[in-house]
Amino acid sequence: MTSPATNSQLYDFYAGMRRVRTFEERVGELFVRGHSAGSMLHLSIGEESAAIGVCSAMKPQDTFTTHHRGHGIFLARGAEPARMMAEIGGKEAGYCHGKGGSMHIADMSLGHLGANAIVGGGIPAVVGAGLSAKIKKTGGVSVAFFGDGAMQQGILYESMNMAALWDLPVLFVCINNQYGMGTRIDQATRNTNLHERALAFGLEGRSVDGIDVEVVAEAARELMDQARAGRPGFLAVSCYRFYGHARKDKSPYRDPAEEEAGRLRDPVAHARAQLVSAGVVPEAQLDTLDAEIAAEMDATIDFTVAQSEPPLASMFRDVYAPEEPEPEPLRTRLDRVLARE
Amino acid sequence: MTEMTYRDALRKALYDAMTEDPSVILLGEEVGRYGGAYGVTKDLIKEFGAERVIDTPISEPAIVGAAVGAAMTGLRPVAELMYVDFIGMTMDQLGNQAAKIRYMFGGQIGVPMVLRTQGGTGRSAGAQHSQSLEALVMHTPGLRLAMPATVEDAYHLLRQSLRRPDPVVFIEHKALYTMKADVDLDAEPLPWGKAAVRRHGKDIVIVTYSRQLHYALKAADQLAKRGIEATVIDLRTLNPLDFDTIREHVQAVGRCMVVSEGVLTSGVAAELAARITEECFDYLEDPVVRVAGEDIPISVSATLEAGSVPNANLIENVAGRMVA
Ligand SMILES: Cc1ncc(C[n+]2csc(CCOP(=O)(O)OP(=O)(O)O)c2C)c(N)n1
Ligand SMILES: [Mg+2]
Repeated sequence: MTSPATNSQLYDFYAGMRRVRTFEERVGELFVRGHSAGSMLHLSIGEESAAIGVCSAMKPQDTFTTHHRGHGIFLARGAEPARMMAEIGGKEAGYCHGKGGSMHIADMSLGHLGANAIVGGGIPAVVGAGLSAKIKKTGGVSVAFFGDGAMQQGILYESMNMAALWDLPVLFVCINNQYGMGTRIDQATRNTNLHERALAFGLEGRSVDGIDVEVVAEAARELMDQARAGRPGFLAVSCYRFYGHARKDKSPYRDPAEEEAGRLRDPVAHARAQLVSAGVVPEAQLDTLDAEIAAEMDATIDFTVAQSEPPLASMFRDVYAPEEPEPEPLRTRLDRVLARE
Repeated sequence: MTEMTYRDALRKALYDAMTEDPSVILLGEEVGRYGGAYGVTKDLIKEFGAERVIDTPISEPAIVGAAVGAAMTGLRPVAELMYVDFIGMTMDQLGNQAAKIRYMFGGQIGVPMVLRTQGGTGRSAGAQHSQSLEALVMHTPGLRLAMPATVEDAYHLLRQSLRRPDPVVFIEHKALYTMKADVDLDAEPLPWGKAAVRRHGKDIVIVTYSRQLHYALKAADQLAKRGIEATVIDLRTLNPLDFDTIREHVQAVGRCMVVSEGVLTSGVAAELAARITEECFDYLEDPVVRVAGEDIPISVSATLEAGSVPNANLIENVAGRMVA
């Protein structure tokens, strides 16, 4: 970033959120230009405060898992956008060499234990990671990020119960964007005070409005501090999914008036307005920052388009550990079988 | 004859069954207002109301378990799993409950439910949304298993599944939804449990099901140009398995290849090859050959994804070498 630094935490949050949003917009562009691997791309536009706010309370020794809408969280933990975009394009240069894609991106060196395409699938791993942190005394906390849809998966409750029972350094973060595909949260559950369920298991539980990233960050800091001390917690961040569930979904099931109102719950615009009105930075400086971010993210597309597909033989790699033999390719086996005749 | 898609045919089967039988209900994620992740249940909620077309929370084990209980108490539930990949989450309800209730309880009651789902590759949907897990179902006594490959069968097999006394797992293929065909749905369908011989030829029998049928037929066309004539058998249901049809044709032709998209090891093709070998050994010129999915997970990269499963060229190549 060449923009002059400020001492403002909000400025940094704004920059982080703007990077997430711009990245997500470029993911949309990658799809439209036909360079994405498939269309199962879930954008976190409207949810940036959850990623930036919560991750601001995380430390290098912390680990985390995400749901399928996890690009922003990964960026907030320090991912390289170009390698992310290449993964989303199914390219060899991507984080997982084109095997994982948008829904299965991961980087162990950043504590990212993996994004997941199974709703709720990544949640119990933080119980195990919390157990590791406790036994190995790493001082780390393990954070599970998931959507409101996962609130109806039984595995969340088994996981919260264990975390509380074993006093684990774990935080459960529900990004409540109001929808699981076409199902609004109040069509999926009677009690939409989501944190109350955590209280029932003996966890610390809070719900916050995601419009204000500083509010999210403050709640996350408190809960992370407690989790680090062995008191696991739960945080629900309320926000609005600005666009469709995945790239091809136009959300016909949503009332246009509701969408319009929902998109006003914009944490990026909110932070920007606060920065300007409080006189922290002149608007022109934010424009410069935005332009720098746009250029950074534009480059991720150029990078991705220029990368090569993974070589065909790489499909047999990493089924098992590298020192183990790879599965025998079907064609090799067939050559042997047919030669014998 | 009317032209319709595989998706339309499935929808029509649900529509007709619900019209005829008020005990048929649908339950699953996004089956109502959204119309199904792949559009199969579009507008059925408008026709039949939210009491019979039930949008559920994202709670797969309870979706299947609720269908079990409903089926035991007089309803005919069609539960939907959005992707067959989620079947593992429901395997207790499906494998320990639905599949065993009739037997454990000494035949007092059956579980006449249908579990509709879809599987297979073709959308760059990655390792957790592209699998072919029919072998898990076939490996569980008590469950029936239907896998339609054609538009007609999408309709008829679903109608027939909804008349069965026992639980039927009905696996669609995600790459077939937009496939179109001219169909006459009033024509008498093949009976439940009967395989269809889709092509007759004297040189080799290709036994397959679901999307691989289309690759096998394409391969057979290519083989015909080289003077090799293939018989192509579409199993339609894997349980019941119409072994009589397989036996008859394999014994007549003397050479057989089994094609499946699921992974090779301990897969459907393995079971079929073993049975064919046991029952037709004296008639076989060559060992039965399996062409199946690689023993690996599916990648999001379209290149690796396509490379992981059989295609028409591979089937043609293998059949050609077997006959040569
Ligand atoms: C176990 C499982 N069930 C269903 C799906 C299909 N599915 C993918 S995302 C989704 C909605 C998830 O909603 P939510 O948890 O709120 O996350 P969001 O998409 O809103 O970020 C559904 C039903 C899935 N991927 N995994
Ligand atoms: Mg949601």
